[in-house]
Order: sequence, then structure tokens, then C-alpha cells
Amino acid sequence: MEKIKAAIIGPGNIGSDLMYKIMRSSRLKVEMMAGIVASPGIERAKSLGIRTTTEGIGPILDDPDIRIVFDSTGARPHMIHAPLLKEAGKIAVDLTPASIGPYVVPAVNLNSLTDAPNLNMVTCGGQATVPIVYAIHRAAQVSYAEIVACIASKSAGPGTRQNIDEFTQTTARALSVVGGAKKSKAIIILNPADPPLIMTDTVYAEVENLDEKAIRESIDDMVATVQKYVRGYRLRVPPQFEGNKVTTIVEVEGAGDFLPKYSGNLDIMTAAAAAVGEAIATAMLEGRRS
Amino acid sequence: MTQDNRLIHIVDSSLRDGSHAVSHQYTEEQIRAIAEGLDKAGIDFIEVSHGDGLGGCSINYGRAKLSDEQMLKAASSVIKEATLTVLLLPGIGTQEHLKMAVDCGARAVRVATHVTEADIAEQHIGFAKKMGMTAFGFLMLSHMRPPEVIVEQAKLFESYGADAVYVADSAGAMLPADVTARISAVVGALKIPVGFHAHASLGLAIANSLAAVQAGVSYLDATARGLGGGAGNAQLEVIIGVLQKAGFRTNADFYKVMDVAEDIVEPLMHRPQVIRNAALMQGYAGVYSSFLLHTYRAAKRYGINPRDVLVELGQRQMVGGQEDMIIGVAHELAQKMEVAGNEADYPDTRCGCSKM
Repeated sequence: MEKIKAAIIGPGNIGSDLMYKIMRSSRLKVEMMAGIVASPGIERAKSLGIRTTTEGIGPILDDPDIRIVFDSTGARPHMIHAPLLKEAGKIAVDLTPASIGPYVVPAVNLNSLTDAPNLNMVTCGGQATVPIVYAIHRAAQVSYAEIVACIASKSAGPGTRQNIDEFTQTTARALSVVGGAKKSKAIIILNPADPPLIMTDTVYAEVENLDEKAIRESIDDMVATVQKYVRGYRLRVPPQFEGNKVTTIVEVEGAGDFLPKYSGNLDIMTAAAAAVGEAIATAMLEGRRS
Repeated sequence: MTQDNRLIHIVDSSLRDGSHAVSHQYTEEQIRAIAEGLDKAGIDFIEVSHGDGLGGCSINYGRAKLSDEQMLKAASSVIKEATLTVLLLPGIGTQEHLKMAVDCGARAVRVATHVTEADIAEQHIGFAKKMGMTAFGFLMLSHMRPPEVIVEQAKLFESYGADAVYVADSAGAMLPADVTARISAVVGALKIPVGFHAHASLGLAIANSLAAVQAGVSYLDATARGLGGGAGNAQLEVIIGVLQKAGFRTNADFYKVMDVAEDIVEPLMHRPQVIRNAALMQGYAGVYSSFLLHTYRAAKRYGINPRDVLVELGQRQMVGGQEDMIIGVAHELAQKMEVAGNEADYPDTRCGCSKM
């Protein structure tokens, strides 16, 4: 089958994990891995037969066959990359906190966004909890959503640590913008337990029309939808009801492609980004977008 | 173990840690009365925030009667000498909250992280310094790691520009020797002053605070009547008396502090601040103090013993802020009990605690 050529900028942990995921795709081909210095990530890609460059985004822009570019660098580099990619007519899937394009959570709003030139992957907490908030919202109207994301210390990189406010603020915004909650709040906790805990996310929602059966079914459907692209996504505690409040806990075990299994927080980001890339590639192959 | 004539700065947390014990339901009138009393009694720092810090008002930690802003404005309106102080846990509160606090008159902040995670606080310490605040690093649940790890984390805070670093026994799990080992190591390794925050779960809050002072801290936390999360904190009026007797100086007036505790704080308490079994178990199993009232509620809802929930949370190495896991654990224990034929006691917990 014909494949759409893609590139990854940023050969770190996220970029490498994403590379393995895309290599399994029937619609996408990793054409190039780009970094700015020689690194283990570049060597890894090279050893898998992927074209590499240490000259940054330039060689990607020069290759007209590359149509989708995943950026796993950082917010500041992506601010520079985004207009260059747009000008070159390439679709950007942004795994950084830059948030230039609309937030995309595949299980919720991917279909309405396949025309956007730049899509932002929110945060790991957002990818794990926005689908649940949306599922509750479509069944019961969420007036307030609050989530607590717990990730293993070992799996929180320097980017997250130095900008932890960005995580809570971006996640909270996505709970409203994509999840539908009128008001929202997000909390992140890093836990250093040994052995490392897998990612756990608690979702609280206050609803306008509490219908237990409808909420339960909606959440079950949503979990199944997310599982299509994040295999290790599970409901740990089914919805608990108290007054107008719904409480439910999900957990995310990583696929272990490149990162350890407890890094469900990183896995859900790369898995969701790969799902976005697949959908765009499919639309391209079917002639629904240029 | 020298006894010198050192000045010990007192940080009163009746209006922050104490907020847990009143389920965050302080009124403006109560805040004004307590803050005014503490200010007149010569307390150096008066901490006012939701029990879980700025931005803590939530389903997870409990909704407060007043917003952080209302609380701070109430306290600020009566404080003349003391430094209005706030607590911020990165991951819960943000720099935006801190900006609001400064606008309301806060001049000091304690930026608290789990004992191994100081590097999530760099942003907030830096922002606080830029705003001209006194910035404290605050290492929670310090009983969970040995002195060398605490030193390494305290040094991170020092490198970010913190004015002092706290070793916090957030579960009340330390024995005096644990305090001495940790405080001595940190005092010896840092150029900036060190503080200690005690909890009373094992009945050692005063003894541990004294051990901390003898090991070299310059800052101590306390609350009137010991009002605080779990079994409560070091009791302010007792600490002042003990420090005086031991020959350490504070700026506090012993009699005035006693009066604040008895005349203002005691009448508003929801229950006596004593070490009930579940709170004792928090100290024994090393579980974050503010989990207590949430655990009582969850245990009642699922028909299980709160002690069992706390032991399980300790075994899973839950850290500060993970109140959401209380429901998760209670739900799981209730399910296991059902499977086991609804036995009155969940059997695994007993053997579990002997391991600790």
C-alpha cells in the first residue's frame, strides 16, 4: 500500500518512541529523523535504515515528499518550526506545549480537525482525561471537571519539571475546550515510588443531569475508542456516583515500544500523535485533503 | 547539641495547615481574629492559604468557604508586623496564584514539593524572588528518604535562590533521632538557614521540634492548639514555652500566644486535636497528614476501617496531594472484602504494617 512520508524533529525519548510506533503504520513511513547534534536517538534511527540529519528542520523543508512532520522538541523551537512548516505546505503534529494549532484528542475531535495545518497534542494528562470528561459531558452535561494526573517521577523529563504550570494550565483548558466542561481544573503529582507506578488519572465531574446508566455506557464506549490507539488504556475504578458528582480513575500502561511500560504518560502522547498522523495520511491517500 | 542564644523564627500555620482541621471552612471574621492575635503576639510569619496551598480549593482537596484571595485580604487587613506567608505546591498552584497572593499582601512563600522532587519548584522560587518575596523551599514527607537525599534536594532549592529550606515531617513519622540526623546533615551542607515542620501523629511534634532546634534550625512551624492535618502540628504555645525554657530566643510573647490559642482558636475547633487511631496509623505507616479526614469519609462510604485504607496508602508509597487515591484504595479494599465474604477486617493489612 502507498504510504505518506513523515519526519520527526527531536530524536529524544518521545521522538524515538514515536518512531517505533509509526514504523508499524500501514499509512505512514518515517522518512527522516532530524536533530541538531549527533545523539543516540539519531544513531538509533540510522541503524533502522531511516534518513537522519543533524542540521535541524532544513533538510525536512527541502524534501517536498515529506508531508507530515511530528515535532517533539520544545515549545520554543516549535514556535520557529511552525511557520516554516506551514509555508512549506507540511502538516505539523505538535507534541510540545507551544499550542499554536488547535488541541487534538483523537478519540474526541480528530475528525473535525484533519484540515488544520498544525495540531497540538495537549499534554499526557489531557490525552488521558479529556476523553472521559467528554464522555461524561455527552451523557450528562459537565458543569465542572477536575483531574489529578499522577505520573512516575522517573518518567517526567526536565521539560515537564521546569514548566509544570504549563501542564496544569494547558490540561485544564483542554478539559473545557475539547472536553466540554464549563469550568475545569488540573493537578499533577509526581510520585517516586519504586518500582515506578504506571500513570494514573482521576477524573471528577460535576454534572447537570446525573444519569448513572448513560454515564457508565458513555465512559465504557469511550475507553474502547481510546484503546484502539492506546492499548494500555484502562478503567481502574469505574464511575462512582455521589450527588451530582462522578468520580472515575483511568490508568495508562505504556506499550513498551522504546520507553518503559510505566511511562504511560509518554506512551499516550506518542500513541495519540501517531493516530493523528494516520488519520491525516488516510485523508491524503483517499484524496480528502492535499 | 549546643544550647545557644539563637533567635528562632516562628512560622504559624494555624490558618493554613490548621485549615485541614476545619475542613477549610474558616470565615473572614475568624481569620482576622487569629491573624491579629498572632501578629500582636510577635509571630514572625503568618501562613494563610487553603490547607493544600494556593489553588488547593478543589473536589480533590476540599472546597473552601473562602477563596485564597478572600482569606489573604482578611489576614492582610489586620497584620502590622508579621510577614503574611502563603504555601504553594507546584502541580496544584501556579505562578498566577502567587501573583494574586502578592497583590493581596503576601511577602513570603513556601514552595513545597515531595522530598525527591525539588526541581519542579525552580520556576516558582525564581518567580517569588523576582516579585521580591522571601522564598522557602519545603521538602515534604522527608521521613521517606535518608539524610543524603534530603541534602541533595535542599541544595537544589538553595541553587534556585531560596532564602531557607524546610525539612517537613508531613506524616509525623519521624523519631527525634531521625530529625537530628536529617537536620544536622542539611544545616552542615547549606549556606542558607534551615527550618522544620512537625506533625503530632506519634506524639513527638514538640520533642522533634526541640531536636530540630538543637540540631541547628532557625525556623520552626507551629499552630495554635496544634490545629492541623492528621493529628495536628507542633502546638504553638507549647513550643514557645519549651524554647524559652531551653534557652532559645523567639520574638513571640508566651502569654499572648497562650491567649490566642485558648480564647480565639480553641472555641472554633471542630473537634479536640488529639491523636485518634487513624492519625496514629498515619505516623506509624508514614502517610501524609491531610489524608485523614478524606479517609474517614471514604471509609464510611465503603464500610471499611479507615486504618486499613491508610496502611494500604502507605504501602503504595502515596505522596502528598494524592488524595484521589483514597477513593481508589477504599473502593478496591471494599471489593476485596466482598470477594472474601465480607470479613470484618481486611486480613492483609496487619502483616503489612509489621514490614515498616
